[in-house]
Amino acid sequence: MVPISQPPKPAPVKDPARYLSVQGAGMVFDTRNGAFCALRDIDLDVARGEFVSLIGHSGCGKSTLLNLVAGLARPTSGALLCAEREIAGPGPDRAVVFQNHSLLPWMTCFDNVHLAVERVFGGSEPKARLKARTHDALALVGLAHAEHKRPGEISGGMKQRVGIARALAMQPNMLLLDEPFGALDALTRATLQDELMRIVAATGSTVLMVTHDVDEAVLLSDRIVMMTNGPAATIGEILPVPLPRPRDRLALSHDPVFIDCRSAVLEFLYQKQKKTAA
Amino acid sequence: MAREDSMSAVLNPAIGKTPMRAIDGAAPVTPRTGTAPAAAPPAASAAAPAPRPAAVPASVLAERRARAARVVAPLAGFAVFVLVWQMIAHGNSAIPGPAKVWDAALAIFGDPFYRKGPNDQGIGWNVLASLGRVGIGFGLAAAIGIPLGFMIGRFRFLDHMSGPIISLLRPVSPLAWLPIGLLVFKAANPAAIWTIFICSVWPMIINTAAGVRQIPQDYMNVAKVLNLSEWKVFTKILFPAVLPFVLTGVRLSIGVAWLVIVAAEMLTGGVGIGFWVWDEWNNLNVAHIIIAIFTIGIVGLALEVGMVALARRFEYA
Repeated sequence: MVPISQPPKPAPVKDPARYLSVQGAGMVFDTRNGAFCALRDIDLDVARGEFVSLIGHSGCGKSTLLNLVAGLARPTSGALLCAEREIAGPGPDRAVVFQNHSLLPWMTCFDNVHLAVERVFGGSEPKARLKARTHDALALVGLAHAEHKRPGEISGGMKQRVGIARALAMQPNMLLLDEPFGALDALTRATLQDELMRIVAATGSTVLMVTHDVDEAVLLSDRIVMMTNGPAATIGEILPVPLPRPRDRLALSHDPVFIDCRSAVLEFLYQKQKKTAA
Repeated sequence: MAREDSMSAVLNPAIGKTPMRAIDGAAPVTPRTGTAPAAAPPAASAAAPAPRPAAVPASVLAERRARAARVVAPLAGFAVFVLVWQMIAHGNSAIPGPAKVWDAALAIFGDPFYRKGPNDQGIGWNVLASLGRVGIGFGLAAAIGIPLGFMIGRFRFLDHMSGPIISLLRPVSPLAWLPIGLLVFKAANPAAIWTIFICSVWPMIINTAAGVRQIPQDYMNVAKVLNLSEWKVFTKILFPAVLPFVLTGVRLSIGVAWLVIVAAEMLTGGVGIGFWVWDEWNNLNVAHIIIAIFTIGIVGLALEVGMVALARRFEYA
């Protein structure tokens, strides 16, 4: 067995409270109709092992911010640091779970995960161990039985789990989730949220998640970053969620802290940042 | 499949539509007209007062009817075709009727591989000679067109550079290229192959490039996040993602190549089905010309069906 639950491996960071540091980041896109300012003045620190959610109305630039952290886009102003190094591009230390799973349809689930494992560990580990890692990652999300199926042969929830397995198998320093459960039905979503909580607790991962689901944000996060409406969106409020872990969704539904947090987010979204043009 | 067909139709309207309609269109369209008489009796009995025969569910009946229609309709089509042919032959003595052509075909296909000199060989040799030329010309076109398509799709500068030239040269009739081939190669056979090459290279370039351009950004994001090497990106993502488009291009190209070869051989001579048609015209043997037309059609159909089957193997959904 490969110990998948081992904590992230990088050299000790001087300031673990600022593991990810976004400093005055802004993003202006050049469009046909001129410059479009998507984000401005984003300042955010994420501590090692923290679970932070980005929430806001659609078009508020939360996915853009995630892409900046992923390195898929570069900010037009400001800087992003991860483990005290500037984020210069995408890399396997910041694994992304995409909204639409983004599995390669011509490969089996095993091969999809193996591609990532091979990239990260291929230089240093024998083949058998790479296979074991792949297998373990799929087992962790409960898909050992479906390894040899192609994405087209499994359900949406299973595909999303393979996407999560692919990200986890890379043992990233940060896990970036872009509305990972947005396309799933409510029951599947709840199951996967519980699994994600279990996995994150076991791996101690640092997570940044984009969501538009208030319950999801409160249930999973240590802090919720609420974004103002775009264009030129920025961080409106940051809400800490002081709920102890492990969290149980059934017990929480009557917990006053949970209810308060939920109300605070709803208030922000539907009063302070009410969408004028729906 | 549907996506590729519409794709190909857009890219190459003249070539894409005709062969596909002929194959795919026949099945779904004809049953409706063909079923009407056959469907009436079972429907009537099911609705009749006696309830017991209705034990067979309606869906099963409908399926049986559809299956029967699928067999009956094409047969009916052929019957009408032969009948019209017979009528034309009856009114015009120069055109042999179906029976006469059938007899001639039996004689020809009874001994397809005889050789009685360079200009008198069995139909099997003629078809094989044509297929050989198509194979070489088409193979060269694939070897050059597919990599070129990848590059044009990947690099915008190349795309803008080659776009006008491709648009200009693509609609040129195959026969316009033949004299250039004759001039350069000073021989009939390479000139014919050259003509095949130049006509079948365009659909492969255009479809491959379109495929590369349409690779979903998601796949490329995966490649970026994983920091895959260029080689891995090509083998694991680019190539598999583009393969269905490449195969569409290949299918169109093979169709074009087979269309072109007959015309090219008529002009260059030698052994080959196109030359055979011309030879038999000079002999005024119209029955053989009709046989050649059917043979060309059947071989073209076989190539098309083979390519569609191959393309289906590489569909992921």
